[in-house]
Amino acid sequence: MRSFQNRLPDFESRSIRVVAISVDPIEASRAHCQKMGFKYPFLSDGNAEVIRRYDLLHVGGGPRHSDIARPAEFLIDSAGTVRWVNLTENAAVRARPDQVLKAFDEINGSAAR
Amino acid sequence: MKRKWNWALWVGLVFALAGLFSYELLSQFPITRDFPWANLLLFAIGGILLVLGLVRAFGNPRVYRGKIVGPIFTILSLLAFSFFAYALFYVVRQMPASMGAPRVGQKAPDFTLPDQNGKSVALADLLSNSSGALLIFYRGHW
Repeated sequence: MRSFQNRLPDFESRSIRVVAISVDPIEASRAHCQKMGFKYPFLSDGNAEVIRRYDLLHVGGGPRHSDIARPAEFLIDSAGTVRWVNLTENAAVRARPDQVLKAFDEINGSAAR
Repeated sequence: MKRKWNWALWVGLVFALAGLFSYELLSQFPITRDFPWANLLLFAIGGILLVLGLVRAFGNPRVYRGKIVGPIFTILSLLAFSFFAYALFYVVRQMPASMGAPRVGQKAPDFTLPDQNGKSVALADLLSNSSGALLIFYRGHW
């Protein structure tokens, strides 16, 4: 999360909108974003409806066996098509900004040709 | 004759506990985030010192102290390491398969959710007047 905040200018210069999604309530996200200085949207999916729609529900994976989202990253193009996906098998290892930017540049480079 | 303080046991325990409790801090840096090599190094140094301390305590008990604290510290350190290994090499890998997650080439399911300021954000809004969107699903802060 912090690494994406640090690299936000690189996403903005490519006109990519970065959003984070979790089951955290709005108030918790607001407090966390203020504390950490995160400027991009943190969306609150309290009942995990969207997380289920993306088949990312980690049943019992949260505190006191609550249901949460498993970490995952999707790059969507302006037509709404998924162009790149990262489904980690290790919750401690998540996508890095460089990986996503590289994927975006490769996709757009090949589209231009 | 007063026996010598067996410092290796104490320092060994400190290293082992540091290996466990520094994870939160070290996982914030890219270099130590994906693989916790710095924590494992701390555990390894702690282990070596504890072995050294135990050898002194039991091999040379007239010179060195530590026949009681040695085994206690060693067990504490082993517990710390076991917990660390269980959490970092087992628990974090218990991920759902997510076979139904959208794949490359498929349409991303639409959604509308409130952001941290209560403002409604739809995927369609994110995609209009942009070259795309990056959705980062995360576990949440607790």
